[in-house]
Amino acid sequence: MKSFTRLYTALDASNKTNDKVAALRTAFELSQPEDILWLLAIILGKRTRKAISSVKMRVWAIEESGVPEWLFEESHALVGDVGETISLLVHGDESYAEEPLHEFMQEVEALSAMTEDEKHLWVLSHWRTMCVEDRFLFNKLLSGSLRVGVAKGLVLRALGEALGVDSATIAHRLMGNWTAQTLRYADLIAADDALQHNPRPYPFCLAFPLDVVPTTLGDISEWQAEWKWDGIRGQVIVRNGELFIWTRGEELVTDRYPELHSILHDGVVLDGVVLDGEILAYKDGAVQPFSEMQRRIGRKAVSKSMLKDVPVAFMAYDLLEHNSVDMRTQPLAARRALLETLIPQAGGAYMVSPVIHAPSWPELASMQADARSMRSEGLMLKRLDSPYQTGRKRGDWWKWKVEPYTVDAVLVYAQAGSGIRASLYTDYTFAIWKEGVLVPFAKAYSGLTNEEIIEVDAFVRKNTLEKFGPVRTVKPELVFELGFEGLQRSTRHKSGVAVRFPRILSRRTDKKPEDADTIETVLGLLGAHESHAK
Amino acid sequence: MASRQVLCNTPEGLYCPAGDFYIDPWRSVRHAVITHAHSDHARPGMGTYTAHPLTIPILRMRIGETITARPLEYGEQIRIKDATVSLHPAGHVIGSAQVRVEVDGEVWVVSGDYKRQEDPYAAPFEVVPCDVFITESTFGVPVYKWESNERLSHDMNAWWRSNSERGITSVIYAYSLGKAQRVMGSVDTTIGPIFTHGSVESMNAVFRQAGISLPNSNLLDNKVDKDLVRGSLIIAPGSTDNSPWLRQAEPYASAVASGWMAIRANRRRRAADRGFAMSDHVDWPDLVRTVKETGAKRILVTHGYTAIFVRWLYEQGYAAQELHTMFGT
Repeated sequence: MKSFTRLYTALDASNKTNDKVAALRTAFELSQPEDILWLLAIILGKRTRKAISSVKMRVWAIEESGVPEWLFEESHALVGDVGETISLLVHGDESYAEEPLHEFMQEVEALSAMTEDEKHLWVLSHWRTMCVEDRFLFNKLLSGSLRVGVAKGLVLRALGEALGVDSATIAHRLMGNWTAQTLRYADLIAADDALQHNPRPYPFCLAFPLDVVPTTLGDISEWQAEWKWDGIRGQVIVRNGELFIWTRGEELVTDRYPELHSILHDGVVLDGVVLDGEILAYKDGAVQPFSEMQRRIGRKAVSKSMLKDVPVAFMAYDLLEHNSVDMRTQPLAARRALLETLIPQAGGAYMVSPVIHAPSWPELASMQADARSMRSEGLMLKRLDSPYQTGRKRGDWWKWKVEPYTVDAVLVYAQAGSGIRASLYTDYTFAIWKEGVLVPFAKAYSGLTNEEIIEVDAFVRKNTLEKFGPVRTVKPELVFELGFEGLQRSTRHKSGVAVRFPRILSRRTDKKPEDADTIETVLGLLGAHESHAK
Repeated sequence: MASRQVLCNTPEGLYCPAGDFYIDPWRSVRHAVITHAHSDHARPGMGTYTAHPLTIPILRMRIGETITARPLEYGEQIRIKDATVSLHPAGHVIGSAQVRVEVDGEVWVVSGDYKRQEDPYAAPFEVVPCDVFITESTFGVPVYKWESNERLSHDMNAWWRSNSERGITSVIYAYSLGKAQRVMGSVDTTIGPIFTHGSVESMNAVFRQAGISLPNSNLLDNKVDKDLVRGSLIIAPGSTDNSPWLRQAEPYASAVASGWMAIRANRRRRAADRGFAMSDHVDWPDLVRTVKETGAKRILVTHGYTAIFVRWLYEQGYAAQELHTMFGT
């Protein structure tokens, strides 16, 4: 446990990639195999089960610290995290001895079989002996709310270096839904895989945002352009007559999309096949907006009416396995050619993402600008001779998104953030004009610099008109330029429109509230895009 | 009991009618008794400054050589008109004092800023029994409980050493009066040399002139050989963060020495690599203990988490009130 505290502190202390990888590598090198499995499960968030609810811990902490409930709440508001608040309010004598992580975690797993009193005593005995850093992680592990601030890629790199295994191989072995108990160390370091009997997805190849002029990418004939779809990235696996559908978030969602089971039943039976593509709401021959797709996401039991209302389709764009052979090292052109022959055999809900042909970059650019009319976010550019990479590698896959919509809106409500933003007003609601009144239009949390956040926080405190619980209504004075990806008519929103991915682009100190946009201008954006779609 | 308030709040600051003097006033007055030399407590424009002898040279440096200053040793009682006044160690920074004011047998104590943790350069806090205790509450919330000095030293040394071994310079941001010297006194100087910012070094000079022995430190300017700076410890005020002056020390890792660093969100927001929760104020347990030990029945709370601490005191049976001041700003 203490070794984990040291690793966490080291990861927390630096923003530098090399420091983080070095800290992880050292931890992996110094850990016994069982501890490595737990470190991975914890860092990669594969352990989310709650051993003890934070509600219960809060009650015990109030009792243990002797702090009245209101003071606990004041403290919590200040600290921004229950686990951390408790770690600071209860005190220990620091006599807690080193205990291997896996032994500690086994104790945590065994808690579910204990009575409430036994759990209480077990927690108290740890609180009373731990130092504040251990106690913080202890609380976060128990409540299942620990987030370790390190990118998965860095963890895989460090683990690969520590174990002497190529990091792409490690990445593949750590896909899917495993836990510290089901993962085997021997499989991690094994010389080769028997993947064909395995429901595990391949690591997804991810694109970089295009940050150069496309003409610098070379001859357009070396590239394949496709629409960039706004759905759920997924992998469809058929092995030994069984189907597995995984999302990019490594969630197994096979049962949620019965439409996609056609690959097993309709037409020719495909086997030993892995497809990469996008799950999209698709109706009457057209891709539906993401807000429609949202109605299906997370819904485990799909009703008949939902299937009729929001049917989905799989827009395939890559073939990772064919006849049980890993195709990822083959060039895209070859994978694509095979994909085009397979998809017609997969049944009605499967389509191939069309290739967009343009003779020159400028002509492609004009099609890119029109992407919204296709319910697409822009273009994907993929190098025709490239392999299917593991993770986000620069150079072969680019996402070329259309410019965001922008609107000038007025800050009307503010709420304090949580975690690192606790006690600062950082969560904002913005309004636009509708018939001479400001109506709330979008919420945004990100996009300001730290200095700007502090300025806005000071403004909120000085210009509060009303308080509703944690929310403050502020004097409508500050104008911000907001950017967002999608725009939808909505009956659930006061303004009549719903936005997708809103964020703050800039503070417009040059504008007054009366210069903010009106609902008419926003509907104008919507109108332009709707008329295009027809 | 005194027929009038021993101390009362006025637009100029805390005022003693019986003695016609102010304590740490924020506007110009004829006679000011000063608890310590931090700028929110010691402001320019006073007719006379009564303060501890170790505070006076700092006042001269910060406010002006020409101020009229009247030294008063700890425990030495003087009569100012109808009031009896004495200073007692507050443990906050060098020369810091609590002010004890007695009028007609009623005793009020103004804590100024104070701490109970040991500090090599500040005389240890003395509990002064009183009827009314006017206390700060900068960290008046129970989440603040300081680590021991040993633990702080150990953590700072481990951090400096590991940076130094990798050829990286360590920068600790600390107030130039008090915290900077405490950091110097806490670290293991066998790890490497200590360099300082001008504002810290001029404060060090005042300390040394007063006969206090500090570890060696050198002013960091562009004449210093860069090879000497590599792997050293630089102590500088927080305002030098990202400054061109500090750029000459690259590559460096930075840390903040401040009580606020006890909370993770504050550490993250500060964007320094490390935070050491070293504070010159009382933490919650010491605040509670001190209030109790003074025996005071009435507690006035000046700056910090006043509302929270007042409510808590009230629930414990104290007559407690907030006292609005300009301290801590």
